[in-house]
This record gives sequence, C-alpha cells and structure tokens, in this order.
Amino acid sequence: MQSIVARSAIRSSKGFRTFATSAARSQAVPTEKPVVNKEFKIYRWNPDEPAKKPTLQSYTIDLNQCGPMILDALIKIKNEIDPTLTFRRSCREGICGSCAMNINGQNTLACLCRIDRESSKDTKIYPLPHMYVVKDLVPDLTLFYKQYKSIEPYLKNDNPPEDREFLQSVEDRRKLDGMYECILCACCSTSCPSYWWNQDEYLGPATLMAAYRWMADSRDSYTAQRKEKLQNEMSLYRCHTIFNCSRTCPKGLNPAKAIAKIKLELATE
Amino acid sequence: MSARALGLGPAFRQAAFAPKFARNQIARRTVQTQSLPPSAAEGILNKQRLQRPSSPHFTIYQPQLTWYGSIAHRGTGAGLSVLLYGYALAYLVAPETFSSANVVEIVAGLPDAVKYAGKAVLAAPFAFHSFNGLRHLSWDVGKFLTVKGAYSSGYAVLGATAVTTAALVLM
Repeated sequence: MQSIVARSAIRSSKGFRTFATSAARSQAVPTEKPVVNKEFKIYRWNPDEPAKKPTLQSYTIDLNQCGPMILDALIKIKNEIDPTLTFRRSCREGICGSCAMNINGQNTLACLCRIDRESSKDTKIYPLPHMYVVKDLVPDLTLFYKQYKSIEPYLKNDNPPEDREFLQSVEDRRKLDGMYECILCACCSTSCPSYWWNQDEYLGPATLMAAYRWMADSRDSYTAQRKEKLQNEMSLYRCHTIFNCSRTCPKGLNPAKAIAKIKLELATE
Repeated sequence: MSARALGLGPAFRQAAFAPKFARNQIARRTVQTQSLPPSAAEGILNKQRLQRPSSPHFTIYQPQLTWYGSIAHRGTGAGLSVLLYGYALAYLVAPETFSSANVVEIVAGLPDAVKYAGKAVLAAPFAFHSFNGLRHLSWDVGKFLTVKGAYSSGYAVLGATAVTTAALVLM
C-alpha cells in the first residue's frame, strides 16, 4: 500500500508518464529493402533504321523494386526506362505463349522464368533463335504458323457418329496427354539446330508433335494420309533426336518422343 | 434526376470545357502522315521483310549435352568416314606406299609420344561414335525418350568413351 502511494506521488510530481518511449520508437518503421541492381542486356533492332546492326542494349534495374519474373523486369524497363523496347506478352502466366524468347541462352517464356537474383551476373535476352526479327524481341512467326496449318490440326473423320458425340476410351484419351497441352510458343522449334538450318522444309518439333497428336487420336480417321504426308526426306526425317526441344519446353512436354514415335510407326507399318 | 445519375456527367463536362475557340492557337503537329490505300500494305511488308535480320542462334544458345553431343556425333562420323574412304582411295592410287606392312613399319619408327597421341586421336572419336550410335539405335526403338533418359544415356556414353579410349590407347 505504501509503495503505491509513493509511486503515485512520483507520477504526479513529474506530471507525465515515466515509461513513455520516444515517438519514433513507438511507430513501426518500414524496413528499407537494400538496392539490388541487376544488369539486363537486351537485343535491340529497329525496323525504322534497318541499316543499323542489331545491338545488345544494357539496362540496370533494382530487383527489390521489381516482380520476380523476367517479364516483370521487361515491363518495368518498358514503363520506366525505355518505352521503345518491344516484346510480345499477354497472359503473364504461361498459357498464351506470347513472351517466348531466349533468356540466358535458353528458350523459355519470360513470364515463367525467374530472374536470377545474383546481381554480379548480367542476364542476356535475345529473340527466339534463327528467326527473322520484326523488332527487338519480336520474331516473325508467319512460317511457323503456316507449318502448323499445313498438318491440318483438327479432327478429320468422314463417318462421325450420327446422333451423339465421339466416344473415346480412357486409354485412348490418355495417349493425347502431354501433347494437347502445347501452346505453340515456338520455344522448341527455334531451339532445334535442324530447324535452324532447314526451317524452309523441315516442319520442326512443335508442328510434328501436333501432327502426332492427331495421328494418335482414336477419333481421327485420316491417320494414314497424315503419315503419308510426312513420308519424305525433309518434313520429318531432319529430326536427329537432338533433344533440345524437350529440354527447353516451358510446359514440360516431350516433342522429341512424339517425333520418335512417328518415325517408329512409319518404319513398322 | 442529376446528370451523374444518368451517367452523362463526363459528356457534359467535356462539352463545357472543350477548347472550342482555342483550337487554332495550338501549335500544329510537325509530323506529317501520309495516307495510303490498304493495297499498299503488302508492298510495305515485303520491303520490310527483305531487311529483317535473322536472330542469333548457335553463338548465343546455351551449350548443352543435347546438341553438343549431336554435333560431336556428326563430326566424329564425318571424320571417321573421311579416314576410311581416304585410306581406301589412297591404297587404290598407291598400293605400295599404303600396304599394311609399310604402314606398320612407318608407325613403328615414330616416337612413343606421337604413337600415343595418334592412338588417342583415332580411338576417342571411334569409341564415342560407336557408343552414341547405340544410343541413337535405342532411341529409334523407343527407349530413353525422356529428357532424363537422354541425359543419363549421354553421360553413360561419355563415360564409356573415356574408359574405351584409355583401354585402346594403352593396348
């Protein structure tokens, strides 16, 4: 009882609370993130100045002020440093295939590729290899799409069931897994040395896997004709099982296996 | 009912504040645009297509066991073929010089270092091409057709090549 009286006497004599801390310490101070500067070297070519050779342009950004993916860095550079930087992007979640490019020597989707946080190493970004460049990181995919169109990527069946949908067994449906997921980003085709040298005639992994996707489909009745179309020197057999396609596929698919299966089926029919 | 409730607020505001009379005072744009018929598009595109550069490829692509192995297979195959056909043709042209006995005699007279180096240069491509050929055959019958399979078989080929080359050199 006595101590309480003594304490209250002290408090009243000072006129303020003795345990008060300074104002600065009572508020939460946002922690300053350290600046992590990282250099990005990006391929540039401008069609308005066609005589100027393509160059690597360097940009440095603070990784702590940027999202985790390469696409975030590209968008940050375009927004804040250089609005002329040109690249394709759309879904930012690896389903549209627009932002396919060569990052640190490997073809992948910029939106699925994490930025290496090691700030001492620069990150090099090129367009997809051995393609004609429309501008900066935008390759001309006209031929790629034409090749895809040439294999007739749709169900062909002259005798569809009359009054209901096509039926397919679970096993037959399972044959399409790992092929129907392809988003046609062109990472695999442009990673293939055979496609680099012969893309005017060789169809390339993406198109060939799409071709096999329809050959393997139990509902399609044009398998023989589809095989016949590939039975020549260039369309299919320029594949030398290099495996760059499967190695680089951002969706984890295996075009090399699909092509090997086409070869095997053509050889054993 | 107010203009905002009808959603007409922005339209009225725009009409009220539009610089109707100030328009002539705004500096004219210096960029001149040229209007072209839609039929000109193809010509412009074709002209641009002729000027497009090809993006860099093998110089910037990451070195990987996949395509380096493929190049090595082709290189060693070409080298071994050149050697085989070259020797056969040379034998046709000058049977005396390239007879087995004469070649053995020449090689026997070389210093040891040259002998071992020469054996290594012959043995390594031969071993690699043979083992990698087996790897290709197994792919063709449908084995190891995954990225993991391609890598493990690739490392197995490299290991077997090293062992076989050493054995052939020391033979």
